Amino acid sequence: MTTLSLTARVPARRYLLGAILAAWVLGHALLAGRDTLALGGAELTPLHEGANQAWDTVDDNRNSNPFFLYFFNYVRLILDESVRFVQALISQPSFGRPVPVLGWLGVVALAAAVTYIFGNIRVALLTVAGFVSFGLLGLWAESMDTLALTLTAVAYSLAVGIPLGIWAGLSGRFNRFVTPVLDFMQTMPTFVYLAPLTLFFLIGPASATIATMIYAIPPAIRITAHAIREVSPVTLEASASLGATAAQSLRQVRLPLARRTIVVGVNQTIMAALSMATIAALIDAPGLGKTVLKALQTLDIGAAFNAGLAIVIMAVVLDRATTAASRRVETRRRTGREISAFFRRVEVGGALGIAAVLGYLSYTYVWAAEFPAGADLGSYVRRAADAASLWVQDSLSGFTDALKNVITYGLLNPFESLLAGSPWWLVFAVGVSIAALVGGLRAAITAAVGLAALIGLGLWQDSMVTLASTLVATILVLALGVATGVWIGRSDRADAVLRPVLDAGQTMPAFVYLVPILGLFGPTRFTAIIAAVVFAAPVAIKLVAEGIRGVPPATVEAARSAGSSSWQLIGKVRLPMARASVALAANQGLIYVLSMVVVGGLVGAGALGYDVVAGFSQHQLRGKGLAAGLAIVVLGIVLDRVTRAAQVRTVRLGVIKED
Amino acid sequence: MAIRRISVVAGAVLLLAGCGGAKVGEAPSAAPGTGAAGSAAACGTLNLAINPWVGYEANAAVIAHVAEKNFGCTVVKKDLKEEVAWQGFGTGEVDAVVENWGHDDLKKKYVEEQKTAVELGPTGNQGVIGWYVAPWMAAKYPDITNWENLNKYADLFKTSESGDKGQLLDGDPSFVTNDEALVKNLKLDYKVVFAGSEAALITAFRESEKEQKPIIGYFYDPQWFLAELKLVKINLPAYTTGCDADPAKVACDYPLYELDKIVSKKFADSGSPAFTLIKNFSWTNDDQNLVAKYISEDKMTPADAAAKWAADNEAKIKAWLPTS
Repeated sequence: MTTLSLTARVPARRYLLGAILAAWVLGHALLAGRDTLALGGAELTPLHEGANQAWDTVDDNRNSNPFFLYFFNYVRLILDESVRFVQALISQPSFGRPVPVLGWLGVVALAAAVTYIFGNIRVALLTVAGFVSFGLLGLWAESMDTLALTLTAVAYSLAVGIPLGIWAGLSGRFNRFVTPVLDFMQTMPTFVYLAPLTLFFLIGPASATIATMIYAIPPAIRITAHAIREVSPVTLEASASLGATAAQSLRQVRLPLARRTIVVGVNQTIMAALSMATIAALIDAPGLGKTVLKALQTLDIGAAFNAGLAIVIMAVVLDRATTAASRRVETRRRTGREISAFFRRVEVGGALGIAAVLGYLSYTYVWAAEFPAGADLGSYVRRAADAASLWVQDSLSGFTDALKNVITYGLLNPFESLLAGSPWWLVFAVGVSIAALVGGLRAAITAAVGLAALIGLGLWQDSMVTLASTLVATILVLALGVATGVWIGRSDRADAVLRPVLDAGQTMPAFVYLVPILGLFGPTRFTAIIAAVVFAAPVAIKLVAEGIRGVPPATVEAARSAGSSSWQLIGKVRLPMARASVALAANQGLIYVLSMVVVGGLVGAGALGYDVVAGFSQHQLRGKGLAAGLAIVVLGIVLDRVTRAAQVRTVRLGVIKED
Repeated sequence: MAIRRISVVAGAVLLLAGCGGAKVGEAPSAAPGTGAAGSAAACGTLNLAINPWVGYEANAAVIAHVAEKNFGCTVVKKDLKEEVAWQGFGTGEVDAVVENWGHDDLKKKYVEEQKTAVELGPTGNQGVIGWYVAPWMAAKYPDITNWENLNKYADLFKTSESGDKGQLLDGDPSFVTNDEALVKNLKLDYKVVFAGSEAALITAFRESEKEQKPIIGYFYDPQWFLAELKLVKINLPAYTTGCDADPAKVACDYPLYELDKIVSKKFADSGSPAFTLIKNFSWTNDDQNLVAKYISEDKMTPADAAAKWAADNEAKIKAWLPTS
């Protein structure tokens, strides 16, 4: 029954979609340029001016309002002191000494000991290599500042995020309440709340920590909640039937079983925190981000790359260390105790003992406290990066121009003119009907509310321009994701070679590669699209690869023995079976692309990204910047909900068809 | 257990015996701290905002150098955008902004309304904002520097971003622009495209010169990049007082900016010797461009660049010091 009605409906839906698109193109041809709700770069709506005034009011009452005096000020004090304390330990001269408490040798030893105890010897060695390379790059102090800020922000994020995550995992109602808030926190561009944060928490480590936490808490909450919910109901029932109270079953069943996934949450929190290092430097956050921004002022690609490389290394070390820790938790859970308690105690004691001795040395002796300046690899890295970027710009620029023009004239311009050049009511109607067709009634309502909000924010046309670039970038991300994902999903060697490159793409601050790609493509929308693809493609590739790897080998073997060629295997077996992963890759790719809208604004994308950047820089535009930030959030939520609804449908459809 | 303890102790003894070396705190690095302690009481801490461009950094580096050397101040530099730096006057986190470009709206808010900031007079630098082309264009099309000829050349500037019009590259977002209004009111066949950052503008001009690619865009002087490539300014209808009063009807060039210094009220009342220094601080565009060149092209640290300039210009620095 169901199969019949569905197969009957699919072509009908396809025709309907085609009809809608045709009506849109026709409408655009007849009505182009009318009712586009354009707003010039310096023009404001009453809403934007109202936001300016609200801002001023907060600013004026800051010193008299008790809420400030007794709440924000204490939060600020605690955070400031925490960061300064960690800095005193590892990065800044402290307690009347010209160097921090722990010198480089002590920090390296301690990091190695911790990763060895919670992970394994391989990760410990990687950690030593990574930390020593900070010194070799000539960035020891800056790296430790970044580490101090990141660790403090992560500690507080987990302290807040894990309990909230447990709550969200236990209570469906709280979960429904908190999800949109987390969406908001993750998609709102940091530039928008950076300046207001300094109003509440002043300039300094506290503001930087909170900016970081806003972005880093959501993964901690989401993944913890997910972990708690995943615990199998059978196990829970068993513990309940044995007479365990709710608190007992949380502590003794849910939490231990969820531990591995929670460590994954810790991992994601650390990565998110680290990705804020550069942006937080705009409000004087100490560390590597400052080095990157300073280098950008003089377009010093070498210096920016050098500091960016240190951030990538830190991200890789922290990622591998937490991943190893989560694997260890997993193996211990599966196999029971892996080693005897005595041996374990010796191991832990030995590692800590060595760390303590080396730490004492680094406390006492200058050679162990200050990284030797003679061993400087940084200047080579800087020169190599300069030379590489020059070579790329010189030798590729003919080819890149052609590529830019093909995509811009062939895809981006027509698309943008359809979205931003048609009357708003036509685009509105088309958007809502497409959402209804692919995602159902709820998706349609979300789309209608979202599009109305864009009009209310006064930024309809800018939003449509941004939407066009976002969709084109997502198409490129998905194309790259499927092509590369299939490749590395089938070959372990490709995976081993490409994975570090993907990690670098995700963690290298965009500011570092903006200058070279600006040299190649000029300040254009296409440059912004490339920046977004560099950032978003790794996620899509990893997700597709994961899905391809998850296809049962038996199925592939069966198809092969039935005479399928390699291409048929990919097109007819692997990709269809990994459909859920591909859909997830599209969804995540879209969200990641959207998070680069502001960076795009820095290199010629204009529209919403530029509005946000200008709002951060110009006093009279800050209300508009805020509205633009909200518009990006709205786009994010609408696109996320519609693609997810569509994804649920395709998967359900696929399952039924396969029956 | 015993074996472990022995091995750890043995390892430690070996390490200690084998290495040794200078101890922390014994090094001569402790000396400057004690030496400056006497005069530091008079100055204390000077919180300098560092706005994100090299010319500003040059001003701040030289002021910091003199304040540290002559008055023993502890100078804390804070990397901040303008808007955030001005907020810092009220919160006491920022004492001085040492190169301010106009910002009448911020002056109105913080100097007149909140009274948390005080104007401290010009830095001696003159700020010029306008439309520029790369030198090769001015050489090839000599009459392009007159705005009335711009429409003749609009075709040259067409790009994938501007459609059938010429592209006017705008937008370091930190600066106020009237360019959309200017294009409209001067009836120019151009479309404003927002490059979005100084890095994007500079890269575009660099490419323009290297590849002989026509680019016209918004830029400003003083700026370190002009030492690398002497951009040529387009003459728009001359600025007259009040011609930019209504942002929608602007049809004239940008005014000359007398770059000036702003300090917090608290700092102004503190009687710090650094206040007098900042008040007296004044130098020329050439001075600033030289220090900016040390930083951007010669890749010196701002502190080294300032020290070098200070050593060569003792007479100028003397004029900034309090007469006592």
